[in-house]
Amino acid sequence: MDFAAYSNLAMVTAWLLYLVAMAVFGVEWAMARRLPASTETAKAPAERSAVLVGAGATGAQATEPPAGTTGGAAPRNVRTSVEAAPAPAPERSDRWGRLAMALTAIAWLSNTLGAVFRGIAAQRFPWGNMYEFTITTIAFIVLAYLVLAQRFRMRWLGLPVTLLATIGLGLAVEVFYVAVADLVPALHSVWFVVHIVAASIAGALFNLGSLLSILYLLRRRADEKGTTRGWLAQLPGQQTLDLWAYRTTAIGFPLWTFAVAAGAVWAQYAWGRFWGWDPKETFSLVTWVIVAAYLHARLTAGWKGSRAAILSIIVLVSFWFNFIGVNLIFAGLHSYAGI
Amino acid sequence: MGDAAVSDRTDRKDKKDRRGRKDKRSRKDRTGAAERPAALTLKESGRWAWTQLTSMRTALILLFLLALAAIPGAIVPQKSIAPAKVLDFRSANPELSKVYDALGLFNVYTSPWFSAIYLLLFISLVGCILPRIRVYVRALRAEPPVTPSRLDRLPESATSSTVRNADEVLDAAATVLRRKRFRVVRRAGSVAAERGYLREFGNLLFHLSMLVLLVGIAWSNLFGYKGSSIVVTGQGFSNNVTQYDDFTGGGLFRDSALTPFSLTLDAFTVRFETGPVQTGAARQFTANVTVTDRPGATPHQEVIEVNHPLNINGTAVHLIAHGYAPVVTVTDGNGNVAFNGPVVFLPQDGNFTSTGAIKAPDARPEALGFQGFFLPTATVDASGPHSLFPDALVPELFLNAWAGAPKAETGTPQSVYSLDTTGMEQIKTADGTPVAVRLKEGEYIDLPDGRGRLTFIGWQRWAKLQVSATPGLPLTVGSVAAAILGLMLSLFIRPRRIWARATAGEDGRTLVEVGGLDRADARTGLDDEVAAVLAVMDDPVEDVPETPADEGSPTEGAVTTTSGRMK
Repeated sequence: MDFAAYSNLAMVTAWLLYLVAMAVFGVEWAMARRLPASTETAKAPAERSAVLVGAGATGAQATEPPAGTTGGAAPRNVRTSVEAAPAPAPERSDRWGRLAMALTAIAWLSNTLGAVFRGIAAQRFPWGNMYEFTITTIAFIVLAYLVLAQRFRMRWLGLPVTLLATIGLGLAVEVFYVAVADLVPALHSVWFVVHIVAASIAGALFNLGSLLSILYLLRRRADEKGTTRGWLAQLPGQQTLDLWAYRTTAIGFPLWTFAVAAGAVWAQYAWGRFWGWDPKETFSLVTWVIVAAYLHARLTAGWKGSRAAILSIIVLVSFWFNFIGVNLIFAGLHSYAGI
Repeated sequence: MGDAAVSDRTDRKDKKDRRGRKDKRSRKDRTGAAERPAALTLKESGRWAWTQLTSMRTALILLFLLALAAIPGAIVPQKSIAPAKVLDFRSANPELSKVYDALGLFNVYTSPWFSAIYLLLFISLVGCILPRIRVYVRALRAEPPVTPSRLDRLPESATSSTVRNADEVLDAAATVLRRKRFRVVRRAGSVAAERGYLREFGNLLFHLSMLVLLVGIAWSNLFGYKGSSIVVTGQGFSNNVTQYDDFTGGGLFRDSALTPFSLTLDAFTVRFETGPVQTGAARQFTANVTVTDRPGATPHQEVIEVNHPLNINGTAVHLIAHGYAPVVTVTDGNGNVAFNGPVVFLPQDGNFTSTGAIKAPDARPEALGFQGFFLPTATVDASGPHSLFPDALVPELFLNAWAGAPKAETGTPQSVYSLDTTGMEQIKTADGTPVAVRLKEGEYIDLPDGRGRLTFIGWQRWAKLQVSATPGLPLTVGSVAAAILGLMLSLFIRPRRIWARATAGEDGRTLVEVGGLDRADARTGLDDEVAAVLAVMDDPVEDVPETPADEGSPTEGAVTTTSGRMK
C-alpha cells in the first residue's frame, strides 16, 4: 500500500471537510443572527446572579424552614455565582450546528489518519518538517475542541476552530508540503518525540486560548455597546470566555515550558550547548515570556480583561511567527522546513 | 504564577499604598494643611522605589520588555553566534554598523540594556518572593480563617435544617471535610476548613527555581569552557589549550581544570541522501575514536554521533561539523618534497564547495603556495566551479599557484585557510595567463619553468570536535524540573475554603449553613463540594416524612443543588 499517497489524499479530504464544516458553522451563526440579546447579566461578569433551586422556590430566600415542617426536611437553598447559560439556540440553527460538529469530527478523523499514514510511510513519527508539524498541531487543536465541545458544551467555538484548521491545513498542503523523507542525524533522538509533541500540544492549547480571547473581546465590545445579538448572544458571557481562555492557556504553559526545556536538553546533546540564542530558541522564549505576562496580567488590576486578552492574541501571533516566520526567514539550526 | 497568590501581591501592595497615603495624611493633619508635606527622605524614597520595583505592574512591564528586547538578537547577526555574518554585515553596512555597535545590537544578550531588564526582573522577583515566603510559612502554621458571619455572602452557599443537634452535624461536616483532605478546625458552632496549601508552595517553588536557574547558568559561564578543534581522520587531539582552534573559558576558569584526555579519530563515516527526496541531506555522521582518559590510562574505543556526545569525566565531546582535507604532495624546484599531507579546506555551502590554501614555505629555490577550491562532486558552469553533491563522488581541486622568495619566519600568526600572497606572484604560463590548476584524484601538475610539482593524492574527512565543560548543568536541569513541578502545582492545585455552621432554631430543628470560597479562579466543583458537605449535615432525603405543609413543594428538588451552570 502506498501510504504516502493515502496520507496526501486524507489530508486534502480533511482540508475540504474543515472548509465545509466552517461553512456550516457559518450557517448556524447566520441562523442565530436575529436572536435577541441574551438575558444574562453580561455587562457585569463579576456580579453574582443568584440561582435559587429547591422546593418552594418562592420562599427560597428564607433561611428558616417554612412553618409547620417540624418533621420534614427543609428545602435547601443554594446560592451560586456561576454565570448563567446562554439562551438555548433555536432548533433550526441547532440542527446546522450539529451537522457542522459531525463534519468537524469526520474531518479530524481524516486529518489524524493522514498523519498516521504519513508516519507509516516515513517509518518514524511524522514530525520531521513544517508540513508534518502543521498537520499534527491542527489535529491536536481540533481534538481539543472536540473534547471541549462534548464535555463542556463548547460547540460555539466551532467557527473559529474550523477557520484556523482550514487555514492551517491549506498552508500545509499548498505551501509546506514536502515528500516523505528520512531525518537528518540531528533529529535522531528520543527528544524528537518528547520535544515536538509537547510543543505541538502546547501550541494547540495556546491557539484555542487565543481564539477564546478574541471571542471574549468581541463579546465584551458588543456588551459595552449593548449590541449583543445573534451569534454573539449564543456565546457564553465574558466571564466564561475569559475563564476558558485562561484555562487552555494555563494548561499549555507548563507544557510549553517543558517543550522549551526538552529542546534545551536535546540541544545539549545534539549541538553541545543547551541555549544558544538560535532564532527558534529566542522566539520560543519570547512566546514563553508573553504567556507568563498574560498569566500575570489576568491578575493585575488595570490589566485584567481586555488588555490580558490582547496579550493572549499576541501569544497566537508569536507562536505562528515562531513556527512559520522563523523557519522561512531566519537561517538557524531549526531550518527543517525542507522547502 | 499562582493566580490567587499573585493577586495577593497586588492586594498587599495596594494595602501598603493605602497605608502610606494614610500616614501622609496624618502627618499633614499634624503639621497643618497649609504647610507642604516634607520631601521624602532617602529611606522613604528608597522604600517607594522598592515598592514600585516589586509591584506586579512593574514585573509585567519588565516581562514584556524582556520579550521585546530578545527579538533584535534574532534579526541582527550576533557576534557570539555567527561572527562571520557580523563581519559581512559590517562590510555591507558600515554606517549602520556604527549605530548598531553603539546600541550593542551585535551582542544583544550580553548588552547592558538586556542585562538590566532581566536583572531588574529578578530583583523584582526576589522582592516579591521573600515576603511571600514569610507569609506562606505563617499561613502553614495558622488555623483556617475565622468563620464569616454571613455565609450567604460567599460565592457559593447553601442552607438547610436538620433534626440532629449542632455538634453532631458539625462533627459529620468535619469528618467529610477531613476525608477530602481539608485542614479542619472545629469552632464554637462552626467548622472552618481550608485546602490547597501546595498551590502557593508551587508558586514559590517556580519563582525560586527561576533564581536557581540563573545561578546555574552563571556558574556554567564562570567555571565552564568551550572550545573546538578540527581533527583530520587518522590524527589526534589532546585536551590542551594550545590544541584548540577556538576556545572560550569562563571568568573563573583555569587551564589546569582541563581534563587531560587525548583521542585519535580512527574513522569518520558520513552518508548522504541519494534518493530523489531531499537529495544531499545528511543521513549519518559517525566518528570512531580511541580515547585515553588521562596520560598512562588504557585507551578505549568510543563512537561519537550527533546526538551521542562522548563524556570523559564531565567533559563533553560533541561532533559539530565536518569537511574535506585533500591530501597533496608539493615537490619544489630542487626536486625535494616540500609538503606532504592532508590540508583542511572549509566548506562554503551545503554541497561542500570548500576553500583552502596549500602552503609550502620551505620549497626552494622559491616558496610555493596554492589557493582555491576542493569540490567533492565537481562541476564547472556559468557560476564557476562548484560542487553538486556533498559526498566525494568526483573530487577535484581548482587552484591558483603562487611563488615567491622564501620569507623569514616572523612569528606573526597566519590563517591556515588562506594564503598571504604579499611578496609572492602568481605563476603564469609562457603566454602570460595565470596557471589554473585543475586536478582529479591521482593527477599531478608540473608548474612552468621547472618551479615544482603538485600532486593530488586523495582526500580525507575531518571532523570538528567541540570540547566543553558545563559544571552548572545539573543545577540548571534540576531547577527547570523543579520549575515545571512548581508551575503545575501552582496552576492546578485548587485552594479552597469551606465553612459550615449549625445553629439551634426556635422550633427545635438545627439550621445548617455551608459556604465556600475558591481562592483562585478557573476552578470548578465548588458547588458540588458545598453540596456534599451540606448533604452530610441535613437530613437524608429519603427519611423525609410527608407533611401536609410540604404538599405543594416536591422534595426531589432538594437534591438538586445547582442548575443553570455554564461550564
